Amino acid sequence: MARVSEPELIHAGLNLRNHSPAALRRLESDVFGFWVFLMSDALLFALLFAVYGTMLGGAPSADSQFKIGPAFQETWLLLTSSFTYGMVSLSLKLGLRRRWVALWLGVTFCLGAGFIVLEVSDFLDMFAHGATPEASGALSSFFVLVGTHGLHVTSGLIWIVLMAAQMAVYGLDDRVKINLIRLGLFWHFLDVVWVAIFSVVYLRGLLA
Amino acid sequence: MDNSPLWRLLLGRFVWGDLPMVIAWNHPTVSSLIAAGAAVIAVLGAVAVFGLITYLGKWRYLWSVWFTSLDHKRIGIMYVCLAVVMLSRALIEAALMRLQQDLAVNSPGILTPDHFAQFFTTHGTIMIFFVAMPLLSGLINFAMPLQIGARDVAFPFLNSMGLWLSVAGALLVMISLVIGEFSTGGWSGYPPYTELAFNGGVGPDYWIWALTLSSMSSTITGLNFAVTIYKLRAPGMTWMRLPMFTWTALCTSILMIFAMPPLTVATLLLAADRYLGMHFFTNDGGGDMMNFVNLFWLFGHPEVYILILPAFGVFSEVVSTFSAKALYSYVSLVIATVAIAVLSFTVWLHHFFTMGQAPAVNAFFGIATMLIGIPTGVKIYNWIWTMFRGRVRYTAPMLFSIAFMVTFVVGGLSGIILATPPLDYQVHNTLFLVAHFHNMLIPGTLFGMIAGYQYWFPKAFGFRLEERWGQVAALLWVTGFYLAFMPLYVLGASGVPRRSQELFNPAFQPWLAVALLGVCCIVAGFGALVLQVWSSIAKREQLASPIGDPWNARTLEWSTPSPPPEYNFPVLPQITHLNAFHEKKRHGGAYQPAPRYRDIEMPANSACGLVFGLALCGCCFGLVWHIWWMAILFFLVTLVAGIIRSFRRDLERIIPAAEVEAQDRAWLARVAAATPVTRDLEASPLNEGLALWRE
Repeated sequence: MARVSEPELIHAGLNLRNHSPAALRRLESDVFGFWVFLMSDALLFALLFAVYGTMLGGAPSADSQFKIGPAFQETWLLLTSSFTYGMVSLSLKLGLRRRWVALWLGVTFCLGAGFIVLEVSDFLDMFAHGATPEASGALSSFFVLVGTHGLHVTSGLIWIVLMAAQMAVYGLDDRVKINLIRLGLFWHFLDVVWVAIFSVVYLRGLLA
Repeated sequence: MDNSPLWRLLLGRFVWGDLPMVIAWNHPTVSSLIAAGAAVIAVLGAVAVFGLITYLGKWRYLWSVWFTSLDHKRIGIMYVCLAVVMLSRALIEAALMRLQQDLAVNSPGILTPDHFAQFFTTHGTIMIFFVAMPLLSGLINFAMPLQIGARDVAFPFLNSMGLWLSVAGALLVMISLVIGEFSTGGWSGYPPYTELAFNGGVGPDYWIWALTLSSMSSTITGLNFAVTIYKLRAPGMTWMRLPMFTWTALCTSILMIFAMPPLTVATLLLAADRYLGMHFFTNDGGGDMMNFVNLFWLFGHPEVYILILPAFGVFSEVVSTFSAKALYSYVSLVIATVAIAVLSFTVWLHHFFTMGQAPAVNAFFGIATMLIGIPTGVKIYNWIWTMFRGRVRYTAPMLFSIAFMVTFVVGGLSGIILATPPLDYQVHNTLFLVAHFHNMLIPGTLFGMIAGYQYWFPKAFGFRLEERWGQVAALLWVTGFYLAFMPLYVLGASGVPRRSQELFNPAFQPWLAVALLGVCCIVAGFGALVLQVWSSIAKREQLASPIGDPWNARTLEWSTPSPPPEYNFPVLPQITHLNAFHEKKRHGGAYQPAPRYRDIEMPANSACGLVFGLALCGCCFGLVWHIWWMAILFFLVTLVAGIIRSFRRDLERIIPAAEVEAQDRAWLARVAAATPVTRDLEASPLNEGLALWRE
């Protein structure tokens, strides 16, 4: 079992076997490329926040329609899932067996799925009270902002399933490891975006 | 039959009356016959191409060597081919619009208002997204990895995906010619006009999905280029040793990463309005069309620098090479390029000075706009000083570059007029604006791309283009440009609104006639470029320059054979100087065998990018026509294709060291047998691509 402090660890969780300098360079650009993608994706959310901000004044407003309770529970689930994904990365870094990685990945999946279930039921509840995206521009921007995040989480869940399947087929080979690192970046990124949504949309809405 | 539930399930909202041929049959007017004729030409053209490929038995070749290739050079060439096909359509549209305005002084002319609106919408959309963008993506793809001494881009598969997404968008625009109609809302597609309430047809939907595909393509392409330049430079290639074209490619890529998402957001929110009944930009329900305008130009203004910076890079390479001098003040050119890239995000509001914001806001954006003139001016001086006392050869790329320098300054001056808000109030939305941006984009993008294409053509194919036709083309393009657009300045200043289908002042007639003559010259210029390729292929034996350095150039791409091997460099070069290849030639380091050859790992071919492109085109077509099964089916195809690829592990293939060494030594033997030529003999058949560098 490799220790944390070993110098050859370039990225947390990447113990690429038999790595040549060329493979490490390859890895650098693979992970860096994903960071660049996240920057572009962050801009997408920034623009949706801006649109939401300009449409706040519409009626019916999102502030008057959403409920803070489910959003608070969703927050807990997602923040916890970020922690459990951290455990995936640590398991990789410490060179633990595949089943530990799979276990933490499974826990992350369940928490993420719980988030989606809560969010969907919250949305359905709002729909039942007439707060639909068609009702006003303010609600359109609310549902698109929060829903885009939800779609991202859903694609993250699909990604987790794919990674689990690939781990079952190939074990922890280099490509699986690289993609687990990227998935981790993606998952934590979604957490950061959710923190912004919870603060800007929900908490600010309580004050309004 | 058109209204039966089964029909609607299978074919959505399509009815026979959507076909231009049917419309022309029922209501034969000149306008509808033109539409039907265009549709027939598009279909016959496609059938002819398919038939020709089948007749020549080239499907397997195209599939295995081109369509599924992940080689950045081949992808670059395919981008350029896409652009040429689309350019031919957009040019014909331009000519017909000029003809319409010439005929339509106090008369309806040949095109109905609605049809005319489709013309200017498709012309703008195609020129920006399916001509200029593929051209620059193609040239960067081809030249940039060679310039930095890389074997390929960082993500070769993503590169192929970007190409096929662009093709998918272009295909959608072409399909709209045959089935249904395109948007009438202009290339910027402002709501609320493009909302359901005013425009319930398929036109805006075609526009939305074509742009969405194109913007996704550009985002991933930009990402790929930027990561390549950051991470894959050859050893010793420090930032201040990057060739100028690569610097502009880097800045353009960063702009793509940050400027494309606003466009994606704008088109998708408009789609949310149109498909899901939301209220982002509608008149009612608290919609705010200013959000669209801001989002669109938050993309749209950086976009013009995305288009222009790579052309600046090409001019830098061309002027330096054909003046036989290093670039004058490389450092200031780098600073100017980066300054333009940064400033490009601070000026988007000048596209709508008249839309009601406070004077202080307009003043800020007006001043920011004028500031961009400073770094651009720096560049013009750099190029002039590079030519000064150089060994200037007036080849076709050089003619395009010189024409650009003069013409672009004229356009910049009219830009200063438009950047002044009070003056903008007078001329906004007139032909003056149309003249201005054509004055920037034709020399600034198109001339640059044509120059780059002619400059790198021998590198791509191993033979030079015929100079004579290139010079004729340059003459026709430049003359045509001045004749076509200088009258529009006059007309615009006289108050003629842009996008007018009919005009009512006979005094405008002479100007319109000159503009029509100009567009004919431009079409002839395009014809000259086609003839140039044709006659060059015919004379390829005489024009062959396989050694690879026909112009005695300075950057690394010219140190490889023409065409370069798939892996570009048998061993990665060690860079010690800004003018890497030039220094090697000076110190005798060029054309040497490597001490040791190694196996090279290259990406294996993949059909997945092609499947992605075609499936997403099918998905978007389904969305346009509300054929939901088709949209869902093709979306699933995309998803499954991606998943299958993620499970593949045999994504690389190894080129053995022995093969690399054999190819390299064979080329070096040809180098040894070749006769070096001086610059006087550059255009003669003696030029095999080996430069006598000290004259």
